[in-house]
Amino acid sequence: MSIDMEQFHGVFFDESQEHLDEMEHQLMELNLDEPDPEQLNSIFRAAHSIKGGSGIFGFDALTGVTHVMENLLDRARQDTLELTTPIVDLFLQTVDTLKTTLDCYRNKQDVDQAVLDQSIQKLEAVLTQEDSKSAVVPSSEDEQGFGFFDDEDDTQQSEEDDGFGFFEPLAEAEASSPVTVEEEGFGFFEPIESINSNANADALPTTPPASSQGQSKPPATADNIKPISKVKAAAKTSSNESTSIRVDTGKIDSLVNLVGELVITQSMLAMIGSEIHGEVEEKLQTALTELQRNTREIQESVMSMRMLPISVTFNRFPRVVRDLSTKLGKKVDLQIEGGNTEIDKGLIEKMVDPLTHLVRNSVDHGIETIEKRLEVGKPEEGTVILRAQQKGSSIVISIMDDGAGLNRQKILDKAIENGLMPDINMPDEQVWKLIFEPGFSTADEVTDVSGRGVGMDVVRRNIEAIGGRIDIESNQGFGSEFHIHLPLTLAIVDGMCVEVSDQVFVVPLVNIIESIQPAADQIKMISNDKLLWIREQYWPVIDLYKTMELDNAITDPTKGIIVLIESSKKRFGLLVDGLVGQQQVVIKSLEQHYKRVAGVAGATIMGDGGVALILDVESLAANVKTLTPEAK
Amino acid sequence: MTSLTASQAQDIHAHADSREFLSFVLGSEHYALDIMSVKEIRGYEEVTRIANAPPFIKGVINLRGDIVPIVDLRIKFAVGEATYTEFTIVIMLNVSDRIVGIVVDGVSDVIRLTDDDIRPAPEFGVAFDHQYLIGLAPIEEHMVILVNIERLITSDELGVFDSENAEKDNQD
Repeated sequence: MSIDMEQFHGVFFDESQEHLDEMEHQLMELNLDEPDPEQLNSIFRAAHSIKGGSGIFGFDALTGVTHVMENLLDRARQDTLELTTPIVDLFLQTVDTLKTTLDCYRNKQDVDQAVLDQSIQKLEAVLTQEDSKSAVVPSSEDEQGFGFFDDEDDTQQSEEDDGFGFFEPLAEAEASSPVTVEEEGFGFFEPIESINSNANADALPTTPPASSQGQSKPPATADNIKPISKVKAAAKTSSNESTSIRVDTGKIDSLVNLVGELVITQSMLAMIGSEIHGEVEEKLQTALTELQRNTREIQESVMSMRMLPISVTFNRFPRVVRDLSTKLGKKVDLQIEGGNTEIDKGLIEKMVDPLTHLVRNSVDHGIETIEKRLEVGKPEEGTVILRAQQKGSSIVISIMDDGAGLNRQKILDKAIENGLMPDINMPDEQVWKLIFEPGFSTADEVTDVSGRGVGMDVVRRNIEAIGGRIDIESNQGFGSEFHIHLPLTLAIVDGMCVEVSDQVFVVPLVNIIESIQPAADQIKMISNDKLLWIREQYWPVIDLYKTMELDNAITDPTKGIIVLIESSKKRFGLLVDGLVGQQQVVIKSLEQHYKRVAGVAGATIMGDGGVALILDVESLAANVKTLTPEAK
Repeated sequence: MTSLTASQAQDIHAHADSREFLSFVLGSEHYALDIMSVKEIRGYEEVTRIANAPPFIKGVINLRGDIVPIVDLRIKFAVGEATYTEFTIVIMLNVSDRIVGIVVDGVSDVIRLTDDDIRPAPEFGVAFDHQYLIGLAPIEEHMVILVNIERLITSDELGVFDSENAEKDNQD
C-alpha cells in the first residue's frame, strides 16, 4: 500500500508547490478594501487542496496548518473577517512555512514541528480574536450560514467542503437543471445548518461555521468522505484543465533532440532529391516539400512545448518587492508587463537569480527613501517596472526604476579604488559596464539586502552563460534601466554561417552588428595586429583562420569579409573568407563525447550531414588585445 | 622476462574464461581490442577539424546526431602511414558512456582468446606504452597485440576527455 501511495507523492509535491505559488500570488494581488470573492475562493481552494492531499498521504504537519488557514480564509470569504495587512502578512508567512515543510517532506527530512505549531497558534489567535468579536452578535451567525449557502450554490464551488463534496455527485448529475440543484441543496442542508449553527453558538464559539460540518463529524465519517471528495476534485480538474497534462521535461528534451535529427535528415533528403532527375523528379519534389513543411511544423510545436510564460518567474517579485520595501521603509510600486511572453523553460529557471538580484538592487539602491524622493520633487512612491517582450528572435527583459540612477562619479571612484584604472572621460555606457566587475558595490553601506553573495558580476556571468547579454541605461536623478537580451530557446540558435578555408562556422546572429568588405585604407596595422577603421572608430580584427588553425584561407582582409561582432565585453571584427548564409541551427554538445574547445560554444549538423562549429563570441573576445575601441 | 602487473592480471581474470577481440591493422602490425567496447565500424569520412587539438585528433564527425571525435592512432603511435583512402576504417568505440572513433588501416577478424592464449607484453618494443596493453597473443603466423582500449582512450596522454569531465562521468 505504502509503495502504491509513494508513486503519487511526486505529483502531490508538484501540485502543492503550484498551489502555494498560486496562494502567494493571489494574496499579493488581493485588494484589502474590497477583496474579490473569486480570489478568496482561489486561495481557499489552494489551501483546501493541500489539506486534502496531505491528509491522504499522511503529511500531517501540512494538514494541521492548512486546516486552520482554511478556517480563517473561509471567514474572510464570508466577509465575517476583515482582512488587514497584518493578516495577509501572516498568511504569507504561513505560505513560507508551508513551502519549507513541503520541501522537508519532499527531501524526506524531519519537519520542524515547533515552527508549524507557532504558525498554527498565530493563525488561531486571529481566529479567536475575530470570534470573540462576532460572538457578541450571535444572530449574525444564522445569516452568515445562509450567506454561505447562497454563495456556494451560486458559484458551484461546493467541493471545498468535505460535507458538500459528499453530495456533489448528486448535484453534478442534476447539473443540467441548475434551478433544481439549488432547491435540492437548500432542502438538504437547511436542517443540518440550523443544527450546526446552534451548536456553534452554544457550545463551540471558537469553531468557525464553515468548517463546523467537517469538524463535528466523527473522524471515521470524515475518512470515508475524503476519497470521494478527492475523486470529485479530480473529475473537476479533468473537466476544467483537460487541455494540459504533466510531462517529464526529460521526455520533452529527448523529443526536441529527435526533432533536431529529423530536421537534419530532412535537409539531407532535400539535398539528395535535388540530384534526381527524370520521371520521378516531380513526385519526389512534391513529397519532399510536404515533408519539409511537416518537419517545420513539428519542430515549432515541439519547441513551443518547452515554452512557459515568463509570469512563472515574474510572479514571485511582488512578494520580494513588498518585503524589501517594507524592510527598507520605502514605498515601491512594482508594475509587471508582458508576463505572457513565452520563454524556454530552461532559461526561466536560470533567470530567477539574476532577476531577483536586479529587482532587489532597484529597490535597495535605485529607489530613494521617501524623504529624499519628496525632497527632489518625485512622488513618494517609487516605481519599478518589470517588463518582458519579444523582439525578433530574442526576448528582452527590462528592469526599470524611477530612482536615483547610477552615480557616474561614485562608480569611477570605486573603480579607481579597485585598481581598475578607468579613463575618466569615457562615455557613460562604458562607465555603467564597470559595475559588472567583480567586487563592485557603490552602496554607501552594506545592508542585509546587498551582499547576498550574488554580485553584478555573477548576474552578468549567469546571463552570458545562457547566451544572453545585459545593457544598462541610466540617467542620474531619473532612474536606471537594465535590459537583458536572451535567445528564445537554448536548443536552437539563429546563426550566420561563415566560411573559412573549406570549413563552415556559425556565428550567433545576436552578436553580429554587420558584415563588410573593407577597403584597403580602412585597414591599419599596429604591432602586427590589424585594426579596422569604421565610422570614426578602430575595431580590432581577429583572423578566424588563425584562431581555428586553418590553412588556405584568405589572409588579405580586402578580399575577405569582416564580420563586426559585439560581445558583452568587447567589440571586434572577425575576418572570414565569406558568408554562406543565415540559418537556424540545432545546438549540439561538443563536450558530450569530446571536451571544451576554446572559442567554440558547440557544434551543429549542417544539411549535408557534416559538422559545423558554433563560435563562442565571448571567449573569442577574450583573445582581443586590450587595445579596444573603448580604450582608444 | 616480465610478469603481468597486478592490474593487467585483474583485467584478464575479471572476465570469463574466454573473450572476444576485434583485430585490426595499423601499418604492418596486428592489434586487437575487446569487442565489447566496439559500437560499430564505418568507413572514414571527412571530419571537421578542431583548433588547438594535437595532430592525432583528426576532428569531429556527425554520428547520427552525436558529435564524435576521431583519433588517428597511426599518428599518435607513429605506426604506418596516415593515409586516407576509401578502404580506411574507423572503429567507433563506446568508452565510459562516450563515443570515440579510431582510425585504423583495416579490420581483420574477431578472435576468441582464453587467458592461456595471452602472453604478457614486454615493457618495450611495442609502439604502445605497456600500461595500455593487456598482452600479446600468437594467432597463426602473426603476433597480435591486445590493447586495453578503455585505458588508452581515457588516458590523459590521448587527451580526448577533459580530466574534470572524466571525473564527472565517474560520479554519475
